[in-house]
Amino acid sequence: MRLSYPSNVKIIQVPCSGRVDILHLLRAIEDGADGVYVAGCLEGECHFLTGNVKAKKKVQYVKNVLEEIGIEPERVEMFNLSSGEGPRFAEIAKEMVERIKELGPSPVKIQKAA
Amino acid sequence: MTDLKSGSNLEKVLRAGHFAFTGECGPPKGANVEHLKEKVAHLKGMVDAVNVTDNQTAVVRMSSWAASTILLQEGIEPNFQMVCRDRNRLAIQSDILGVYAMGIRNMLCLSGDHQRFGNHPEAKNVYDIDSMQLISLVKKMRDEGKFLNDEETDVAPKLFIGAASNPFADPFEFRVHRLAKKIQAGADFIQTQCIYNMDKFREFMKMAVDMGLHEKCHILAGVTPMKSVGMAQYMARMVPGMDVPQSVVKRLREAGKGKVAEEGIKYALEQIEEFKEMEGVAGVHLMAIEWEHKVPEIAERAGVLPRPVV
Amino acid sequence: MIVADRKPLKEILEMVGDSKKVLILGCKGCVTVCNVGGNKEVGILASTLKIARAKEGRPLEVEEKALERQCDPEYVDQIKDIVEDYDAVISMACGVGPQFLSERYPGKRFFPAVNTTFFGGAVQHGIWEERCAGCGACGIHHFGGLCPIARCSKSLLNGPCGGSADGKCEISKDVVCIWDLIVKKKMEEGHLDELMIFRPPKVWTTARDGGPRKSVREELVQ
Repeated sequence: MRLSYPSNVKIIQVPCSGRVDILHLLRAIEDGADGVYVAGCLEGECHFLTGNVKAKKKVQYVKNVLEEIGIEPERVEMFNLSSGEGPRFAEIAKEMVERIKELGPSPVKIQKAA
Repeated sequence: MTDLKSGSNLEKVLRAGHFAFTGECGPPKGANVEHLKEKVAHLKGMVDAVNVTDNQTAVVRMSSWAASTILLQEGIEPNFQMVCRDRNRLAIQSDILGVYAMGIRNMLCLSGDHQRFGNHPEAKNVYDIDSMQLISLVKKMRDEGKFLNDEETDVAPKLFIGAASNPFADPFEFRVHRLAKKIQAGADFIQTQCIYNMDKFREFMKMAVDMGLHEKCHILAGVTPMKSVGMAQYMARMVPGMDVPQSVVKRLREAGKGKVAEEGIKYALEQIEEFKEMEGVAGVHLMAIEWEHKVPEIAERAGVLPRPVV
Repeated sequence: MIVADRKPLKEILEMVGDSKKVLILGCKGCVTVCNVGGNKEVGILASTLKIARAKEGRPLEVEEKALERQCDPEYVDQIKDIVEDYDAVISMACGVGPQFLSERYPGKRFFPAVNTTFFGGAVQHGIWEERCAGCGACGIHHFGGLCPIARCSKSLLNGPCGGSADGKCEISKDVVCIWDLIVKKKMEEGHLDELMIFRPPKVWTTARDGGPRKSVREELVQ
């Protein structure tokens, strides 16, 4: 499968979405990312039982924090898909890029550039 | 009856063995004395004493002691209610002396609803002492002439001590024991929570009678006539410690439009008839909430008039 | 442990005001255990404040640090060489922390980032409940090991009140009626008689009502 996904998505591999931490997500925003999302396994299919469920809660935490300080929580998202779903992976990447484009650049980045 | 504890009308009626009939009146949400006088005028001559509530449901109203003295001026005997939520032991004791000085002779001791439900949920609550300790405190002041700290009072407040009992709160098996504890602490009379579940109340009274509690204390059964289906549903769902069986709600609903209030009164009258015969029940406490003008009719139809003069 | 909750970010940002450089100071004691003010939470708050300020075009420089405890002068001392470098210091310790800091460094301003709530424990991961009111005169053995001062909404010593229903407190179905538990425990044990004992008014002098409290252990005082 030679599936293409938007080149502006930078992929960071982790052993399990459960490894993703609140700080990882926040630091990405802090450093100027316009959006950040976690792609975890389907719920109920985590090799480590609940890694993806934990990731989902951390994503929600970051969404709440962003909302509190006036940044669109939609910039952060959690997706679930199985490792065999290559097309879905590409689809999600496009979907997220579309969403962020609609939101525009992160206010953090705008100010940093100014 | 030379050995009266307080000499209140309520005490005399109960001691003479009459079936007591007490009423209730909530003080105004403001300083509207005329409104209070109008409301209690309906109760005059219809009941042996009128409970004056103390910031009931934690909503601020005219103080119960002040409203009680207005009742006195109107020639009606008040049953002054006091809750533990709003006063510490200093204020409690000075208010006890104060109400006695003003001529009040009955006092009902309560924990009080938590302020969470009231109109000042932000308030700090006191609960320095609980209702059990309040009963014991009034008894100590009355019988020993001493304050909580054992210092002597110059003139002891001779009050007829009341307490509440909710047979419908949980755990059910413990309720009668807590009643016994209140009597042991010094309660002379008990007014129960509004009764709708008659089966449960019969069971409760049987336990109380088996323990001989009715011989140590006068137990008045609480009755509140339902004005509407909405009121019944609200009480069933929203009021803590209230047990309204669905059968009662159904009966009211089936009465049909315009006849619900009459059905509510009929149910109350049937209850009163049963309480007259029920072993251990010494009277009825009628809480006609914002329905004071109906009390004369209910009293008449319940056959409790005229009230005894003792 | 002492349990706390983080203040709303808006409130913390208001405290920080126009500061350009702040130190966020965590505590490795209770607030680390209840996941509100340890190293981890210091990092999260630091990043969040930086994002919030960057968004406004007023970048904030934030330093992160956590002390072993903020309730001991020897640890509070550890920031003496750096405290002057900051416009403000945000303490993530319980209410004791910012006070010990303020006492040690009189010229500086210290802001509390958490609301200290109660003495309690974790009933499950992520959920803490109140257990002790610090009344200074423990009597839980009279109540089946359950404290009615801390856990009854009315602190009744001769409960339960008439608002107890289905094991829940009248104030909320989310609150357990501790008196329901006490009664059931005593009944199961066959010790109902113990609950018939009249518990007299409590002596509150050992509690906060007696004024600010102090514990002195003479054998340790130098």
